[in-house]
Amino acid sequence: MIKNPYFRERIAFTLLFIATAIVVLPVICILFFIVKEGWHAISWEFLSQMPRKGMREGGIFPAIVGTLYLVFGTLVFALPLGILSAIYLSEYAKDNFLTRMVKLAIINLAGVPSVVYGLFGLGIFVVFLKFGSSLLAGSMTLAIMVLPIIITTTREALDSVPQSFRQVSYSLGVSKWDTIRHVVLPHALPGILTGMILAVSRAAGETAPILFTVAAFYLPRLPKSIFDQAMALPYHLYVISTQVPNIKLEVRYGTALVLLMIVLSLNLIAIIVRAHFRKKRKW
Amino acid sequence: MSAIIQTRNFNLFYGTFHALKDVNIDIPKNMITSMIGPSGCGKSTLLRAYNRMNDLLEDVSVNGEVIVDGKNVNDPGMDLVELRKKVGMVFQRPNPFPLSVAENVLFSVKIHRSAAPKEYGDIIEKSLKAVDLWDGLKDKLNTSALNLSLEQQQRLCIARLLPVKPDILLMDEPCSALDPIATGHIEELMHHLKANYTIVIVTHNMQQAARVSDYTAYLYLGNLIEYDLTKKIFTVPKDRRTEDYLSGKFG
Ligand SMILES: Nc1ncnc2c1ncn2[C@@H]1O[C@H](COP(=O)(O)OP(=O)(O)O)[C@@H](O)[C@H]1O
Ligand SMILES: [Mg+2]
Repeated sequence: MIKNPYFRERIAFTLLFIATAIVVLPVICILFFIVKEGWHAISWEFLSQMPRKGMREGGIFPAIVGTLYLVFGTLVFALPLGILSAIYLSEYAKDNFLTRMVKLAIINLAGVPSVVYGLFGLGIFVVFLKFGSSLLAGSMTLAIMVLPIIITTTREALDSVPQSFRQVSYSLGVSKWDTIRHVVLPHALPGILTGMILAVSRAAGETAPILFTVAAFYLPRLPKSIFDQAMALPYHLYVISTQVPNIKLEVRYGTALVLLMIVLSLNLIAIIVRAHFRKKRKW
Repeated sequence: MSAIIQTRNFNLFYGTFHALKDVNIDIPKNMITSMIGPSGCGKSTLLRAYNRMNDLLEDVSVNGEVIVDGKNVNDPGMDLVELRKKVGMVFQRPNPFPLSVAENVLFSVKIHRSAAPKEYGDIIEKSLKAVDLWDGLKDKLNTSALNLSLEQQQRLCIARLLPVKPDILLMDEPCSALDPIATGHIEELMHHLKANYTIVIVTHNMQQAARVSDYTAYLYLGNLIEYDLTKKIFTVPKDRRTEDYLSGKFG
């Protein structure tokens, strides 16, 4: 056996480093590959024009706008609902059998395949509530899909606020709701923003949930209301990659690159906001 | 003496564990009363009964009466917000919010909207002066409270209470995280505060009780064994158990 502790330290370090490298490498490769193949396609025209001639020419403007609308719509429904129910579950609900079942159900919802959400959205929002295939139905479907993410991360953020802060606040004669508003939520905000980042990425990138609920195959105009169909980048990417023959490879990669950039820049905004709040409150 | 807190046949249970047994004690106004006793005897529990902080724990039940300023705090109609404004608390570990010094002092003011923004400067100055922090911190009002020394943090925690205008200050081993010099300073501060506040301090340090308090209560296993003028307790204790504890035979 090898006895030298320094040598074993070296082996451990090397193994850990290699493991990390194996994880990071594919991400870098994917990014590199997409940028390399796609950046030729990126031009002002590509970003700002309607698609033409069965998507073989023109740009992807409506798909970009559609994706932004969908992300926004998803957050409009999912953020308030998710945060409020997380507050209820973490701060108010008694720890009994029912609460535990609800918490378990929420965790499990995060593992449901996205196509199931798509079918659910089709059944409830498109058909039963008669929203039709629309931004409204799509946003709501995506919102339900990301709710478990938002609830789980928000609850973790709330639970990580030190109990002593709550105690001090109560001891100063501050009511429970005011304590939540003025002490707990501000401290949990960075964590909640992390949940939002995850939700945005998920909502922007999924194809299956929007397939039956909002996505238009080819719609060279912008949606006029929340009851309109819309194009969206992930579905558009799927369509031009598999459904329409003779589309230039660089257009597909260009579309993927735009989707990637949108998700990354939305995340970046959230990360900057989060860093700002972290700096203000540190413990 | 006029009692600002009256405790009458007070019992408290954690689940089935009987933590306080028939406690009777009157806390005199504008005096310092200390509670001593070995760890686990129920000092903190009794203190928390006075501002009902035990409510935050699960499965706590009480009977008997705690009367603060003439009102039984365990009455179902008791307004906890009002009670806790009247009965402030200082904790064992200094626990300022991770905010600036000024924000800590103004914390309750802003939430209770008890003053207009133009009065904020006055409030900060008065509160910090009351705890002798003003001279040291008047130019550092915007630094994070976490950058202060532990002693300053504990002083700030006391200053944070003052804008709420409490009558009573409950202090649960306020010096246990501090070094002897800082402890001396806080004890001095308590002497100053006595003019305007009634102070109840829990301490496991008998010397501290002897130094700062007018009255001393000795608790043992949830029973109030003896309660009297500090001078009497420390010189002529009536109960054998008090004498044993004070002479260091156990505890
Ligand atoms: N939250 C709780 N649940 C159950 N038992 C508790 C709780 N808090 C304190 N106790 C018990 O009550 C007794 C008194 O505790 P405490 O008031 O903290 O004592 P002291 O402050 O004198 O050290 C101890 O035996 C302790 O174990
Ligand atoms: Mg204690």
